[in-house]
This record gives sequence, structure tokens and C-alpha cells, in this order.
Amino acid sequence: MIFTQQWIREWVDFDLEPEALISQLTMAGLEVDAHGPVAAQFAGVIVAEVVNVVQHPDADKLRVCEVFDGEEVLQVVCGAANVRSGLKVPYARIGAQLPVVSSEPGVSSSFAIKKAKLRGVESFGMLCSAQELGLAEKSDGLFELPADAPVGKSVREFLQLDDMFYEMDLTPNRGDCLSIRGLAREISALNNLDFCEPVIEAVQPTIDDVFAVQLTAAEQCPRYIGRVIKGIDINVETPLWMQEKLRRCGLRSIDPVVDVTNYILLELGQPMHAFDLSQLNGGINVRMAEAGEKIVLLDGKQIEVQPDTLLITDQQGPLALAGIMGGKHSGVNSDTKHIFLECAWFDPLAIAGRARRYGLHTDSSHRYERGVDSDLQLQAIERATQLLLQIVGGDAGPVIVCEHTVPTKKSVKLEIDNVNRLLGMIMSRTDIINILNRLGLVLQSSTDTSLQFVIPSHRFDISIEADLIEELARVYGYDQLPVTKPLVRMNLSPSPEGSVSPERLRERLVTLGYQQVITYSFVEPSLMAMLRPDLLPVPLQNPISAEMAVMRTSLWAGLIQTLRYNVNRQQARVRLFETGQIFLPSGDLINQPDMLGGLIYGSRLPADWSQGRDAADFYDAKGDVETILSLSGEHDKFAFEAQKHPALHDGQCARILKSGLPVGWIGALSPVLQRALDLNDKTFLFEIELAAVMNSRKPAFKALSRFPEVSRDLAVLIDRHVPAQAIRSELQALAGEHLTSLRIFDVYQDDAIGFEKKSMALGLTWQHPSRTLGDDDINSIIERCVKGLEVKFNAKLRN
Amino acid sequence: MKDTASLLITALSAIKATADERTLDQLRVDYLGKKGELTELLKELGKLPAEQRPAAGEYINEAKRQIQNALDTRRDIIVEKALAQQVTKETIDVSLPGRRQSPGGLHPVSRTIDRIKQLFESVGYSVAEGPEIEDDYHNFEALNIPGHHPARAMHDTFYINPTTVLRTHTSPVQVRVMEHGKPPFRMICPGRVYRCDSDLTHTPMFHQVEGLLIDENVTFADLKGTLADFLQNFFEADLEVRFRPSYFPFTEPSAEVDMSCVMCSGKGCRVCKHTGWLEVLGCGMVHPSVLESSGIDSEKYRGFAFGMGVERLAMLRYGVNDLRLFFENDLKFLRQFN
Repeated sequence: MIFTQQWIREWVDFDLEPEALISQLTMAGLEVDAHGPVAAQFAGVIVAEVVNVVQHPDADKLRVCEVFDGEEVLQVVCGAANVRSGLKVPYARIGAQLPVVSSEPGVSSSFAIKKAKLRGVESFGMLCSAQELGLAEKSDGLFELPADAPVGKSVREFLQLDDMFYEMDLTPNRGDCLSIRGLAREISALNNLDFCEPVIEAVQPTIDDVFAVQLTAAEQCPRYIGRVIKGIDINVETPLWMQEKLRRCGLRSIDPVVDVTNYILLELGQPMHAFDLSQLNGGINVRMAEAGEKIVLLDGKQIEVQPDTLLITDQQGPLALAGIMGGKHSGVNSDTKHIFLECAWFDPLAIAGRARRYGLHTDSSHRYERGVDSDLQLQAIERATQLLLQIVGGDAGPVIVCEHTVPTKKSVKLEIDNVNRLLGMIMSRTDIINILNRLGLVLQSSTDTSLQFVIPSHRFDISIEADLIEELARVYGYDQLPVTKPLVRMNLSPSPEGSVSPERLRERLVTLGYQQVITYSFVEPSLMAMLRPDLLPVPLQNPISAEMAVMRTSLWAGLIQTLRYNVNRQQARVRLFETGQIFLPSGDLINQPDMLGGLIYGSRLPADWSQGRDAADFYDAKGDVETILSLSGEHDKFAFEAQKHPALHDGQCARILKSGLPVGWIGALSPVLQRALDLNDKTFLFEIELAAVMNSRKPAFKALSRFPEVSRDLAVLIDRHVPAQAIRSELQALAGEHLTSLRIFDVYQDDAIGFEKKSMALGLTWQHPSRTLGDDDINSIIERCVKGLEVKFNAKLRN
Repeated sequence: MKDTASLLITALSAIKATADERTLDQLRVDYLGKKGELTELLKELGKLPAEQRPAAGEYINEAKRQIQNALDTRRDIIVEKALAQQVTKETIDVSLPGRRQSPGGLHPVSRTIDRIKQLFESVGYSVAEGPEIEDDYHNFEALNIPGHHPARAMHDTFYINPTTVLRTHTSPVQVRVMEHGKPPFRMICPGRVYRCDSDLTHTPMFHQVEGLLIDENVTFADLKGTLADFLQNFFEADLEVRFRPSYFPFTEPSAEVDMSCVMCSGKGCRVCKHTGWLEVLGCGMVHPSVLESSGIDSEKYRGFAFGMGVERLAMLRYGVNDLRLFFENDLKFLRQFN
């Protein structure tokens, strides 16, 4: 919504500098997005009359004109096609300053008009187009001023160009301010000034013609007002004052009928429409659309209407999308002689969202969706009729009113104490009444503790007490309200010891050298399919681009994209982690577990004088994961089991289990994907459910033994496919309850021991709580262990 | 006793000439050992006349003491010298970097959320999180935004299906907490949110922290105090803060919060579009319908809610000039925050 200072001052006589007005409106919740002069700066341009025109002797496209400026007749050479004798035009005298059209907003400069010779003929000044005066983006020929324009008068003064425009960014609740009337009312309330609403008198009908109107959808369209006007001359020019007001508010002049309806829309906030009466067949019916109905709109676009759309129809079908846009064939055109003017009140819910669905957004739908004053239609049609008769002539018929249950004025009660309860400030009864009166709310009744106000029809946004209090706060000034700190009961917050805080987890990863990244939750479908071909990701109905079309089913997609981005920017060593939700379709539902994902690429340690020559391998990633898991204090609940994953290397991939249940994956990116993704080095990935990591154990004390530990080493030769974990588990089961540590200190494979074999050396330590363990104790345990491994794994003891 | 005297002279000069501990040990054995020369002399004392013995014995013992002292002194010198040599030999270039894993770091958005969390947790707010794919009810309906509400146009929503969306704000988390708990509530909800918009100043995903306080005596004045306090502490600056009326369907009254521009101290610059003010928060008193939809008695309880864009705060705090950098994850950018 754009308004101009001059127009609004016809309704409220305020005296504020632009900066003060902007600040006042902004602080009242009506944000001003932009403002500026309505015309570029120029000087020395006056109204002049062309008194004679002759062809330039040496140029086909130029004419030599005699121009009267009120004092003398001057010779001006002009190239415009519409120059003719008798025309009144803006004339830039010698020395006049004209604006230079600049592409950069806010930057203005000017140039001076000098005496010139055009193809040998002297020219004293210049006749101007609207574009040359900075009044239009583009114009075709000279700016034709009205015949009664006073010759010799400054064009700035004549057109009242010393005016400001203000572009408002209104919140959706303030539909009442989408008009000059509404904004003027608000400015008058904020400044406690009179609101000078022009008196709109009813136009007496001079003909009897009426037109039948029926409201089948009376709930959606409780009021429809129409009027026949016959014998108009649509080919007259819209008066300059109206064109200028429309222009300054951002609307182009189209024809006088459309201009008048647009003018009413801007002035009163009431959308209107005029049909060409000769194109209507039978009476008007306002009804919901039927399946498959189609309409060609004013902009030439054909749409198929959905059944929840309200239509204005005649016997032949749809005439207009109610509250949004008229149809092409029933609209006025240069042949129109008789019109049917309509003005309706629709339930906002019957209009809201419909325009957007058809890819439309019009001045009309913008207002109807937010709400239009339900008491305005009669005034609007009278005002429109009055203006039309003045401009296009003709005879108006009587006003046809068709209505059902139009909303009645609401009243809202205010408990005076609640002002204090909500705002933290006592406001006096008098102040309350005064402020609300200024906004047009009328005190209906009162008690010692409460006030009941009738809400004017234009403030359809006010319906509960909190709305009234907001109005009080707004007009009083948010910045004038007190500032305090909340007083609350100091309850301690629960702090479960059985969980690892996300901060601690992230800190640990950072210490391990990982950089946290945050990647989009929607990813490229093809990349997602490479990484999790087994899962169909959840697609977005309206993705922002094809690269961000599906919801991630693994954090690896973002991590790998980030890796590639950085590798392409000369990063040779990358360690990344991300935490966040992934989205797993599960029947009709979508599981959204929080995950921790990580990636390592490049050398184990940063390349430096002393380190960094070894590439990272599976065990680096696994070691980091184990470090993370150990935060829980329950790392013995976790196991890594060789399994296959479509994105990972078949021989370097493990499922992470917690208490036997799968909670994640770890492994090397499969060579196929590494190649497809154009990565030079091996990439190791892990992903684990955050919940599995974040549960932790509350520590529990166990008495320390005062007796010495006993250690023995054991080296066995086993089949190379036997996992270390199996050996460990077996030994843990066999080595007795006093085993305190079991570590694998060497694994060795060599042709000398046979390709299918490996040697594994283990160190076992025992400690008894209440006595020293002797050789006999340990020897028998070792014997049991060796035998057990031999039976289960065909292990041979090495010497 | 001539022997003793010359022996002493020979010994002392041999000791003085010694440069290593082993030779010194040998000298000790040679002179003072069980079969050492002075020990031998003592054994021969008996051959002397009785009246000479005490003096000769004393003389030999004195020679032994002197040799022992000389040995000790010499040893100290040799050890000291050897250690000094070792240190010289082992001297390294301490300016070479240490051997280590290079530390990683947190994403600036995470860092900012942590900072916001810390400030609110310090006065007893708890942290709540929730699903990012939300149903229409929790994202809109429960927040007083019915189907055709024009405010829906303000949320450029991503749809999974007509009744399932990517949450457009973290308010649904608050609804979920209210549904399952009893007032009073004091919480903040950080998290990812999604809007179908992408240009220089919008990314289709960004982060919000929304806060909610519900209790029996909470006022708009408390909201003003809380947010001014927050902004001043977050930016560690004595900022001016102003509240402007605005509109959100879930609060009434509603406000936008501006603070004096941190880039130009309110003088006007490109960042604040020459207004001196930066819009940083939206807030208001929780709409009674929102309380009622979550089963809270709106007569008894009132509350305030606020929401902030994390990236915007991070940009202002750290001087980042392009929003899109946050999601490009260029390591050169991220490492600036480590």
C-alpha cells in the first residue's frame, strides 16, 4: 500500500515532517518500507500552449513550433509525434533544470536546458514528455496537459508535484489500513486530530434499470450491491488529478471506468468491479464453482476453477473470480456503453488462499483476504457512481442491494485490572476510554471494574480483550511501557547424571580433530540413492531446487558434499562431524532420529615436520568412535560386527551394536562410490544414533584390591578370518572372574605362517580381591584358555 | 715416610688429570682399595718402631683423606661437565610445532546457539527440542494460524503432503511441551527451521531459538526487560533496544524488537539500511487461544514468547557479511570460529 502526503492530508490535517511521520507510523506498528518524492527534481518548467506547428525544413521527424509561455511566443523544435497546435504542454525554458534518469534509486542529478540549433533551426527550450520530467518510466510523446491548464504557471505547482509517497509494509491483521481512509483514520488517532471523512451523498437514479442478483452462496457473500449505469462515454480521458493520484500510489491509468474503481479501492479500501452490461446474460448469481468450470481472466490467463472457489456468474457461467479478478469477456472495453457496477462484501475465509493457489495476487484479493470493512459497500458504490457520472456521464439506475447475514458490530469487554496484569502498568479509566475512542471504539457500558466497547466495523481484527490491551499499548507507545524482570519461583532444573550432554559430546569430537558442519536436511536424490539405495527418502512437494528435493536418510550425504566442496578447494585432510535429524519413512510415519555422523579423509595426523605421512585407516575412525562411546561409561555394551552396507567397502565395514541392537555403521566408503564421487583418497564414515551415545552410566564404586596383579602373555595362531572380538569374548568367558584386563598387543600375518593364518598375541591380567594369585591358579586358567581356543577356533599356541 | 709423601703427590696429580668417572674409580681402587697402595702402607706400619707408628699412621690417614677429597671434588666436576654436555647435545628447536592432532571446532551457528542457551539457562530456562517434520496442527493450528490465515503466506512452507510440513519455526516444540506438562514453563527451543525461500538474504533452512515463559504473573514489561537484558548480554554492549508493535497470530500484543546497530553504534550504515536500528527479535504475550489449545487456563496463566534467527545474530556478532557462508561449510570459513 502506497499513500501520498497530499492525498492523506485531504482526510486529516497533520503537520509532520516525513521522518517524524515515518517514525510515528513505525512505532505504531505500521511499518514504512520506502518513501520519497513523487516526482524527480526539476525547475523552470511551465505550462505553455503550442500556437503553431510547421515541418522542419531539413528533418522529416522534427517540427518547428511556436509556443506561447504567457508572455511571449518562442520558437521550439520538437520531435514528438503528438505535437499539434492548441496543445498545452510542459515547456522547459532556457535555463530550466531537468532530471537525468538514473538507474540507481535515490541518486538524482539534473542538466540545464540551453539555446540550441537543431539542423540549422534555432530552438529556445524544450517541450517535455512525462518521462523527461521523471513522472513516468516511459512515455510516448509529449505530456498532454488539460485544455484548462493555466499558461505560464509552473508545472510543479500546477501538478502539485511537491508531494511525498510512503510505501507501507502492513501486517496481515491491519487490512483496515489498506486505504487512504484507513491510514488517515490511524494518523488522526495517533495525533489526536480530527478525521475529516468526506460526505458521500447518494446519487439519485435517473433511470429505472435494475439487474437481477441472487446469492446462492450467501454465507460466503453476505452482501452484494450493484447498479446499472447507461450511456457512458468510456473514451474520455480520466482527469489528470485522478491519474496523478493513481500514479503516485503505483497504479497505471487504464480507462476512466477502471480508474474510478481503482480510485475507490485506494481511497476507501473497497474493491469494486464494472461489467459491460451488454455482455451479461440473465441475472448475477454469486455461487461456489462447479467441478470443471473454466474462466478466462482479465489478464488473458485461462484457469480451471476448484469447487471451493467463489464465483460471480451469470446464466452462461463464470464472470469473475469473486474478490480476485474479473473475467475477460465481461470486462469493460472501448466499445462499452452500459455498465453494471458491483461492490460486495465477502467472508475473508471464502477468499483467503484462493488467489495464491491460482498463482494470482491482486489488489482486490490482498484486501478481501485480510478483511474489508463490512459497512462500506453502499458508500463505495455511491462514491463511485458520483465520480463516474462526472467523468464518463450517463444515467445511473437505483442501487440494487442483495444481502443476508452481514456481521454485526461486536462488543468486547475489558477488565480494567487486566491491563495491568498484561502490560505491567496501571492505566487510568479515562486514559483507556480516551485512547479507544480515538480509534473509533465506543464505550457501550461499564462497571466499577470493567468497560465494554463496541468495535467499529473496520476494526475486524479486534475480537478479544487482549486485542484491546494491544491497542492501548500501541497508541500509548510500546517504548513508554515499563521495563521489569520476571519474578519466578527458583525451582532447580533436573540434571540427569545418566546422560552425556551434547556439549560434552561435541567438545570431545572437537578434541579429536573434527570440524562441525551444518548441512541442509534436503539433499540431492541421486547422491542419497548412492548412499542408501535400500531406503526411499521422503520427497518434498515443493523443493527449492532439484538438488534439494528429498529429506536425508543419512548424514553422510551432507558430509560427503562438504568433503567434495573442500577437496575441490585444496583441502587435503578433512575431518567432519554433524549432528541432526535424519528422516526415515516407516509405513505412513516418518521416524526422525537424531544422529551423529562423521567423516575422515587424508592423513592420520596433520602433515608436519614430524608427522602426517601415514594415511588414516579404518582403525582411526573406529578409535574415534570408541572414544565417543566411552563417554557413556558403558563402552563394553558396544560391539562392532562385520556386515555389509551398500555405501561401504565390503571388507572394511561394521555395524555398531549396543547390547546387541544395531545403532550405527562405520566403514570405508566403497571403492565404487569413491570413484564415482571422484575422491582421490580413502574416506571413512561413521553414523550412530545419538540416543545410544548419550545414555550414560552413573559411576558405582568397587573396592580396590590390595593384592598384586599377575600378568601373562599368550600368542596363538588362528585362521585369518576369525575376528579378534570372538577371541576376546571366548577368553573373557574362560579367564575367570578375576580377569581385570585383556588386550591384544600384536597381530601378525606373514607368508611364513601361511596366508590363511594370523598370529595374535594377547596380554591378560588378573587380580584377586582378597589374596595373592599363585602360579598354580594362573597356570590352570591359561591351560583352560588354550584348550578352549583350540576347540573353538582351532588355535595353536605359539612359542 | 717419604713413600707416603711422594705417593700423595703422584695420586693428587693423577686425580687432577682424570677426565672421566671410570678412570677416577680405578684411581680410587689403586690408592684406597683393599689392595691399594695406601692400604698397603698402613699394613706395613707394624714394621716401624713403635714410637714412630702413631705419627706415621696419622700421616697415612691424612693422605687417604686428602685423596678421598680430591676424588670427590674431581667426581663432582666430571659429573657436572658430563651433564652439561648432555644438555648441549640434547638441545632442540623448541619453535618447531608439537606433535598432535589438529583440533577441530564448532560451527558458528552452534557456537551462537550455545551462547544463547547459556544465557537463558543461567536464569532457569530449560532446553527443549522436537521433530523437524511437523504436522499442520502443531506448526499452525495450535498456534492460532488456521488454514486460510493470511499469516500462512508469511511462512513460505515446504510441504511433505497437505498436512505435513517442514516446521517453519520452532514454536511447535513449545506446543508439544505445553501439551505434556503443567505450568509454569520456562524454556527455549533451538533448532533448524525451513522456509521455501532462497536468495542473498534467505536460505531455505536456518536456525531459530524461540523462548517461552508461562507463569501466573508475567507481563509485557517483563518481556521487555528479559529481551533487553538478553541482547545486552549477548552482544556484551550497552545497546539501545526498542519495541515496535507488530503482528503474530500466536501473540497479543506482539512486537518486533530493534536494537541500535552494532556495526555503526546507531549512526546509520549499510547493515542497518541507514536507520541506526536492526530488527533482531519477534515477540509478544502468548495469545489466549494458544494457551487454551494446549490445555492451559488462560485466566490464571499468562506468558510471553519470543523468537530469534540464529544466523542473523551470528552475522551481527561476528561480522559475517553473507548468510550463505554458513551452509557452504568451507573449512576456511569454519576455522575462523575455532
